This record gives sequence, C-alpha cells and structure tokens, in this order.
Amino acid sequence: MLEIKNLKTYIDTENGTVKAVDDVSFQIKAGETICIVGESGSGKSVLAHSIMQLNPSPPAFHPEGEILFEGKNLLDVSEKELRRVRGNEISMIFQDPMSSLNPVFRVGDQLIEAIRSHEKVSKKAAKKRALELLTDVGIPDPERRLHDYPHQFSGGMRQRVLIAIALAGRPKVLIADEPTTALDVTIQAQILELMRSIQKKYGTAIILITHDLGVVAQIADRVLVMYSGRIVEKGSVSDIFYRSTMPYTWSLLRSLPRIDSDASNRLIPIQGQPSNLIDRPKGCHFQPRCPFATKACLEIDPSLTERGEGHWAACILSEEEFFNKKQEFEVNAQKGAVK
Amino acid sequence: MSEPLLELKDIKMYFPIKEKVFKKPVNHVKAVNGVSLTVRQGETLGIVGESGCGKSTLARTIVGLLEPSSGDILFEGKSILGYNKKQMHELRRDIQMVYQDPYTSLNPRMKAGEIIAAPLKAFKMTSNLNERVYELLDLVGLKREDAEKFPHQFSGGQRQRIGIARALALNPKLLILDEPVSALDVSVQAQVINLLEDLQEELGLTYVFIAHDLSVIKHIADKVAVMYLGKVMELSDSDTLYHHSKHPYTNALLSAIPLPDPEKERQRQRIMLKGELPSPANPPTGCIFHTRCPIAQESCKQHIPVLEEKDGSNPNHQVACFYPQETEAIVSSN
Ligand SMILES: Nc1ncnc2c1ncn2[C@@H]1O[C@H](COP(=O)(O)OP(=O)(O)OP(=O)(O)O)[C@@H](O)[C@H]1O
Ligand SMILES: Nc1ncnc2c1ncn2[C@@H]1O[C@H](COP(=O)(O)OP(=O)(O)OP(=O)(O)O)[C@@H](O)[C@H]1O
Ligand code: SF4
Ligand code: SF4
Ligand SMILES: [Mg+2]
Ligand SMILES: [Mg+2]
Repeated sequence: MLEIKNLKTYIDTENGTVKAVDDVSFQIKAGETICIVGESGSGKSVLAHSIMQLNPSPPAFHPEGEILFEGKNLLDVSEKELRRVRGNEISMIFQDPMSSLNPVFRVGDQLIEAIRSHEKVSKKAAKKRALELLTDVGIPDPERRLHDYPHQFSGGMRQRVLIAIALAGRPKVLIADEPTTALDVTIQAQILELMRSIQKKYGTAIILITHDLGVVAQIADRVLVMYSGRIVEKGSVSDIFYRSTMPYTWSLLRSLPRIDSDASNRLIPIQGQPSNLIDRPKGCHFQPRCPFATKACLEIDPSLTERGEGHWAACILSEEEFFNKKQEFEVNAQKGAVK
Repeated sequence: MSEPLLELKDIKMYFPIKEKVFKKPVNHVKAVNGVSLTVRQGETLGIVGESGCGKSTLARTIVGLLEPSSGDILFEGKSILGYNKKQMHELRRDIQMVYQDPYTSLNPRMKAGEIIAAPLKAFKMTSNLNERVYELLDLVGLKREDAEKFPHQFSGGQRQRIGIARALALNPKLLILDEPVSALDVSVQAQVINLLEDLQEELGLTYVFIAHDLSVIKHIADKVAVMYLGKVMELSDSDTLYHHSKHPYTNALLSAIPLPDPEKERQRQRIMLKGELPSPANPPTGCIFHTRCPIAQESCKQHIPVLEEKDGSNPNHQVACFYPQETEAIVSSN
C-alpha cells in the first residue's frame, strides 16, 4: 500500500548537510504494524515527516527516492493532492502532544474542524462523528468533554484526543511518532491497546516510532532498526529479537535492564556516543562503537543483505563470524572483562 | 545489618493552592502524604511511581530544598529539620543530589571543570583544587581535557557524568539521584548505571535512586518503595518485590511494563488500570488507590490501609492494602 524506495532526506545547516535519512526503503500493508526503533537523532522523526512531506523545504531536500502511495509518488504530486492524502489517507500523531493541540480552542471544536477539513459535512453531522470518535478512543463522558480545553485533559487523555483527530479522515496509514513516550506505563498500556483495537476495527496500517524495545516486542509485526540515518536491520519481530545478525541491534538488546532478568548481572553498555549525522564515521557508521568491529569495518560501508526471508542486515560479518564473535563476547562478559 | 543513615518519619509536604496571592489557601496539593522510610548505610533505596506521585518533592525535602509541612528527617540519628543555616550548609557535604535533566542542570556558561570545582570552592577546599577536579573527572570516566569544555560540547550521558562528579566533589555519604538516567538513550543508560554501581562500591556510598522505570530500579536497588499519590503503597527488598509483589498497584505497574521479548509479551496477561490518576489536591477517601483498583471492595472507600507487614515470614515486605495478593500477571526472571 505504501512503499518507500531509496529515500534520502538531507537537511542543509550552517555546519554542513545533515544526512538525516539516507537511502531508506520499506513497505507496509493494510492492517500491519511496523515499528521504527533507534536512538535519539537517528532520523526517525525526519523519516516520518518525509512520508507526510512535512519537513520544511528548504532546508530539507530529497536528492533521491520515491514515496509510493497506491501507485503515486508523493514526491511528485501537486500540493492539492498532497493535502488530500494527508489526513484522509495517511495521518500522523506527532512526538510532542502539548504542541499539537491548540491550547486556546475547545477540544470539540478542534476535532470538528479536523473532520470538516476532510469531508464536506454539516456541523451537526461532524459533531455526531466527533462524539463517535471520542467514544472510539475511550474518552468517558464525551458529550461534556467536547467543551473542555486541552489543559483540562491529562497527558493520556490528550493523546487519545490526538488519536481521534488523526482518525478523523479514516486514514489507511497512521504514523505515530513516540505516541506513549511521555506517558506513564499504565497509561501507555491503555494507549497501545487502543491503537491495536482501532487497527482491528478499521484495518489501519500503523507505523509506530519508538525507542522502547519493549513496546516494539509488544506491538510490532515488522521492525526497522535505524542507526545514523540508515536502516541497519529489518525483519519480522522475531527476526529482530531472536535472530538478529546485526551487532548494533544485538548490543542494544544486550544493554537493557529488564524486569525478567537477574538483577545481579552487570549491564553491558554500548560504548561511546551515537554518531554525528553531518560528519559520519568512515566505513561502517557503527564501527567506533561496535564490539565486533574488525579492520575491514574501517573501510567498508556495508549495505543491507538478505539473511532470511524478509530479514535484512547491514554488516560485513557472515552469520558464522557473527555467531563466533557473540560467543567470545559472552565468555568475556562472564569473566567480567567487558567494561 | 548496617546502621540507618537516613530516616524519614511520616513526612508530609502540602503545597497551598491560593486563588489570590495574599488570601488564605483554598486547598492543598498533598504531594507527599505521610511517608516513612529508612535507608541504611551502603544500601540503595529505589523509589518508583508514576508522574506526579511525589518522588521529586520527597527528594527535595531530603536535601533541604523544601521544608516538609510535618514529619521528621533524621540523618545519622539526628533530626535535621531544626538545623540553622550554618548546620544546613555543613550538611550539604554529606547529602548531595543528582538531577534528572542533564541539559538544564548544568550552567551553560561554566566549563565542566568550574562546575565540578564550585562545591569545593563553596566549602573553601581549594588546596590542590585542580588535582581534585582531575581526580573527579577520572572517577566518572571523563578526560582531563574535558575540564576545559562547556556543557553543550558534551553528549547527554557525558553531561550526566559531570553532574555526578559535581555531586561527589565533597565526598558525600548520601546521594539522592532523581531520575538520573531517564533522559538518556538506552544505549547510554547502561553506561551511567554501571558507573553508579562502581562508585557505590568504591566509595561506600548510600543511594536514594528515584525512577519511574521499574526495570532500572530492579537493576540497581536493594530495597524498593512504590509510591502512589504521595503515599508508599508497598515497600520491600527488591527480590521479593519483583517476584512476590502483593499490592494491586505494584502488580499493575509490573504487568504494564513491556518486555523486550515478543513471545513472552504476546502470552502475557496485563492488568489494565481503569481511569486516570486522581488529583493530589483531592485524593480519594479511604484507600487512595480505590478509584483505579481492579479488586477494590466497598470498604476500601472508607478505611485507610496502613503500610504493614502482611506475611509473617518477611518483615521487610510491607503492603498498604486490605486484600494483598500475588498475581500471575507479573513476570519473574527465568
Ligand atoms: N530542521 C532541522 N534542521 C537541522 N537538522 C535537523 C532538523 N530536523 C532534524 N535535524 C537533525 O536530523 C537528525 C535526525 O533527527 P530526528 O528528529 O529524525 O531524530 P529522531 O530519531 O526522531 O530522534 P528522537 O528519538 O530524539 O526523536 C538529527 O541529527 C537532528 O539534529
Ligand atoms: N512547588 C509546588 N507547588 C505546587 N504543587 C507542586 C509543587 N511541586 C510539586 N507540586 C505537585 O506535587 C505533586 C508531586 O510532584 P513531584 O514533582 O514530586 O512528582 P514526581 O513523582 O517527581 O513526578 P515526575 O515523575 O513527573 O517527576 C504534583 O501534583 C505536582 O504538580
Ligand atoms: S560492519 Fe563491522 S563495525 Fe559495522 S556492525 Fe558489522 S562488525 Fe560492526
Ligand atoms: S485496600 Fe482495597 S482499594 Fe486499596 S489497593 Fe487494597 S484492595 Fe485495592
Ligand atoms: Mg523523533
Ligand atoms: Mg520528578
């Protein structure tokens, strides 16, 4: 339904060109959930904004790539067509919930306006639909809440309203950028449950951006792991969690404190800092932090190669080499030799 | 068992809500509402709970940034609430705080070296100042050259290291860590957690470690207090809490944490809490959790459960609930 092909989104800045999205390809089908994970600054939000064509341009530009939605390249269509797609076909929940609701308008009016911007309906019909949507997203007493202002809603409730607004045009694809990061875990559980039930009801394809691998495990069908503007591994949720052949993904999973593991085990962090997207390391971008790096990694910038059906990873190590390095690493970790 | 270093006795912190500046308050935000806790020499007490439950407020009363509305705080057995300015100043040596936000907690116009030296200067410990700063940088895994850099030249994890070095400058006995890793990327969180563990061992420090992430707390704490609306709901040694929690709120929190394991995650039952956090200005009557508790009974609306031991075998495990029970919905290791 939606296919991203070799997309590049570069951003010109005073200090140089930020290669925020660098040759990214993936596709998503109806009813499917794809999670995009990666650390801060890896390009997740810029990628999401690119799909919606929301990056201010200039400074952002696309030296290459296609965003195919139902056969049309969104990079080529008119502004008018784009506006129709945005919201009606693809809609987005933004990372910062406070900034996306207007504090001076009543929640009901914002919702009704969103509905009327997608469909030519009477105010009355729009209000009826607004009530339906608020009920859909689990807001109690929706009739009364229509008259409230955003500050009268808790963080979780605001996120529900944003989901309602995003659903107003009955989109086929919903992009949610860290929709639960600012929320408490018990509220996060409610929101993820809500997204799942909406997907079931309407067959919506969901692209969910998060840095929480627990959320990914809970909700994803397929996963894209991003590092310094690239996809470094992609596959089914089990490929990523149980059969990863990419040192970054593997070390990330290995570094997490978790409630289902023995607390006396020392954590194994990834050394160093995320790379800088203007001046990226030579060779493999993960090389300065990679526990498995070899000399060759300084020279070769690995591209994605297929490791199993639908499972791709960007690393020069063969599966066997990766496995051996992993064994060796675990042995050293046991001995406490890994700091 | 080691000596108690810090004892909190029925601490309450009520913030007045005023409609007009000079008028009498119309109500109070009951941010901390009767908390009693003991932290022993060398141990780590973890405090968890959702946003707004009073964790930071409690931390600020301990370091003397806020004076509690009632209750008592003992440090090394002595009540510190009656301390005068000079005594409070002296106490700063022993109790230090590390803040959540590595971006705003450092003065952007000061070099890292100056930031770390500031507490030493405040206590006129300026002999060998540079050496001490280098030593502290080294302790937290930064380089000597880093002393000359400004905060914006460091990453989040490195800035948090500067905050830790500053807190360690005076050789404190107790560190209050308010969400020290929450703002950091997962790949960097583990670095800082390991550093804190090493420092504790090397320097014999005692920690109060605040977080909303139960996985981080499990990793670092010996003993955990679970807070809800200004009160402690469950208190226990960490092992027992993560395997045999009994309070419905703790159970719900543990069951809500997504595990980075798709198979476990998809088999798992979840306890969904209904509704939202009530306002701390008007907390529910009886058990404050009753509006969201999946097993609340009529009587829970009237009577207040006290935090007490519920199974005779473990005096370290205390629960504030009339119907404490373990549940299958939480996951334990292996
Ligand atoms: N308008 C802009 N001008 C310049 N650089 C930008 C702009 N927007 C984003 N960037 C840069 O692009 C890179 C990717 O940013 P992006 O916001 O996509 O990261 P992210 O993966 O969403 O991170 P986070 O997890 O923190 O939300 C970053 O290095 C960021 O600084
Ligand atoms: N100075 C103040 N005046 C009035 N109310 C306050 C003040 N400081 C905190 N509060 C309120 O007290 C309650 C507890 O706040 P606190 O910051 O201690 O929570 P917290 O557990 O640290 O939350 P978080 O996880 O979001 O940091 C909140 O309802 C907060 O709004
Ligand atoms: S290519 Fe080399 S540096 Fe890059 S992930 Fe693989 S082993 Fe590590
Ligand atoms: S006392 Fe009642 S309402 Fe409170 S936690 Fe226990 S069962 Fe729930
Ligand atoms: Mg982002
Ligand atoms: Mg706080």
